[in-house]
Amino acid sequence: MITVNGSPAEGAGRLLLDFLRENGYDPARIAVERNGAILSRSRFGETWLDEGDALEIVQFVGGG
Amino acid sequence: MGQNPISEEEFDAALSLRHGAENQKILKRARVAVFGLGGLGSHTAFFLARMGIGSLHLIDFDRVELINLNRQQYLLSHVGQYKTEALAAQLWEINPYLNLSLDTVRVTPENAPALAANSDVICEAFDAPEEKAMLVNAVWESAPEKRIIASSGMAGFESGNTVITRKISSHFYLCGDGVSEGHRGNGLTAARVAICAGQQALMAARLILGREEP
Repeated sequence: MITVNGSPAEGAGRLLLDFLRENGYDPARIAVERNGAILSRSRFGETWLDEGDALEIVQFVGGG
Repeated sequence: MGQNPISEEEFDAALSLRHGAENQKILKRARVAVFGLGGLGSHTAFFLARMGIGSLHLIDFDRVELINLNRQQYLLSHVGQYKTEALAAQLWEINPYLNLSLDTVRVTPENAPALAANSDVICEAFDAPEEKAMLVNAVWESAPEKRIIASSGMAGFESGNTVITRKISSHFYLCGDGVSEGHRGNGLTAARVAICAGQQALMAARLILGREEP
């Protein structure tokens, strides 16, 4: 199990980019932190999720 | 700027009287970038200038339009002007000794690192979610030590009490309610976007003063 924005989720062993797409996140509209460290977009496709990982996924909405 | 009958020392003294001399010294040394000068960024820049931040970097490619006046910090006389220039003229009316850098450009992943390079704190105030995410990611790629205050969710007439600042991590803060997306018929309203700008500008000042909690 991993946690996403504080809630448990299935995702250990998955590639982050695949996990994001399968869970409805648009990689072009988000910012991701993993275990308290920033994870820039260029690394989504090379980052494997480990058991116990904590992801914070910020989904931006329009307006500013 | 022209000739100012009031000296820089007098401006500093006036700000110090309100903010405290030690705080004002620190705020004056600080450099903050505001990316996007619409409803959010124009108000954020106003608040930063009034709080005595010494150097602001203002970035926006766009011109002021009539449809901006319901919520953005511009006047009818600014319509047609670049937002960078219209805002700079007003900020120098608040403090003529404010150091302003203006970039009237569209921000891309390629130019974002250089645009962010000279600032201690980055305020993200773009409209499109893709541009918000692009800026945060581009700064993270080039300068992960930068502190970013981004924004998401501030449209409409919903309660202002839900427009908050969250600390996502030590270098990443998010202002807004997270959900209120702006679109035709539910656009940004002056008061609510200004609440978000107040959150953003205050968090920037707090970070500069070493206060890291929202």
